[in-house]
Amino acid sequence: MSSYEIGDRSFTSRLWVGSGKYSDFHVMHEAIEASGAEIVTVAIRRTDLNDDTKDGFWANFDREKCTILPNTAGCFDVKSAVTTARLGREATGSDFVKVEVIGDEKTLFPDNEGLLEACRVLLDDGFTVLPYCIDDPVVCKKLEDLGCHAVMPLAAPIGSGMGIRNPYNLKIIMEQSSIPVVVDAGVGTASDAAVAMELGSTAVLMQTAIAGAGDPVKMARAMRLGVEAGRIPMKLYATASSPLEGVIGS
Amino acid sequence: MKIQVNGEAREVESGATVADLLDSLGLEVNGLAVAVNMDIVRRGDYAAVKFSEGDEIEIVRAVGGG
Repeated sequence: MSSYEIGDRSFTSRLWVGSGKYSDFHVMHEAIEASGAEIVTVAIRRTDLNDDTKDGFWANFDREKCTILPNTAGCFDVKSAVTTARLGREATGSDFVKVEVIGDEKTLFPDNEGLLEACRVLLDDGFTVLPYCIDDPVVCKKLEDLGCHAVMPLAAPIGSGMGIRNPYNLKIIMEQSSIPVVVDAGVGTASDAAVAMELGSTAVLMQTAIAGAGDPVKMARAMRLGVEAGRIPMKLYATASSPLEGVIGS
Repeated sequence: MKIQVNGEAREVESGATVADLLDSLGLEVNGLAVAVNMDIVRRGDYAAVKFSEGDEIEIVRAVGGG
């Protein structure tokens, strides 16, 4: 597959994956490996002062192969998102950040005003800024104009598995953007991943659809193939599958 | 003096530094990040930054997330 740039780095894999919700670290590492992902998201959380034994998370993690993408999940205001991003950079050594400023607990939809402000601050601070945003072409344009390194519009609410609810908005976003567009959140199946690629996504970011599957490692492989295979463009009328020549009686 | 560490009240000696706290908690510094009153403390500054009464300290790590 062709390569593409995010910030000052070049990538080939067009499937990005999360690292949460796995039953254990072994399954997580196997699934990440099977996905072929080169970008892996992590969350930043208080360490357990009484049981600081989270090292299994990083064991077997190929930091050479995978760029760590800390997120600001759980942040509902600009200040906590910016501080979480800075803590994430310090903890992981990665200056990539998936900026989330959440505006509503039930839908986890982003707060557009807060997101724009947080991105402005983090861009000034030298981050490679990848905002999780609503599938709104106007917001995506504003994020691009700020200097964000990609936009990551949702397909559906986080963890919902509802698939691509608004392909037409996503298509507009992809047509107008001169920065990478990564479809993030809500993708449920490998066919959704294929649709996202057909629409013109640079990449697809997934977490729950893989980690929550009956067999996460197999689903990771399926998602990888869905992204790599793509699908045919949709059209209104038929194209014959069988030869047009040699039909009897013609 | 009293400080808050990850939301819990803790008692530390007057003049205690970030390095002292991490040491007393037995935390592995690798992979950690620390903020005092929401300002990040760089790893190289752990031994230099001293707490004041009532400081709010956050000690975080990367965990699985999406």
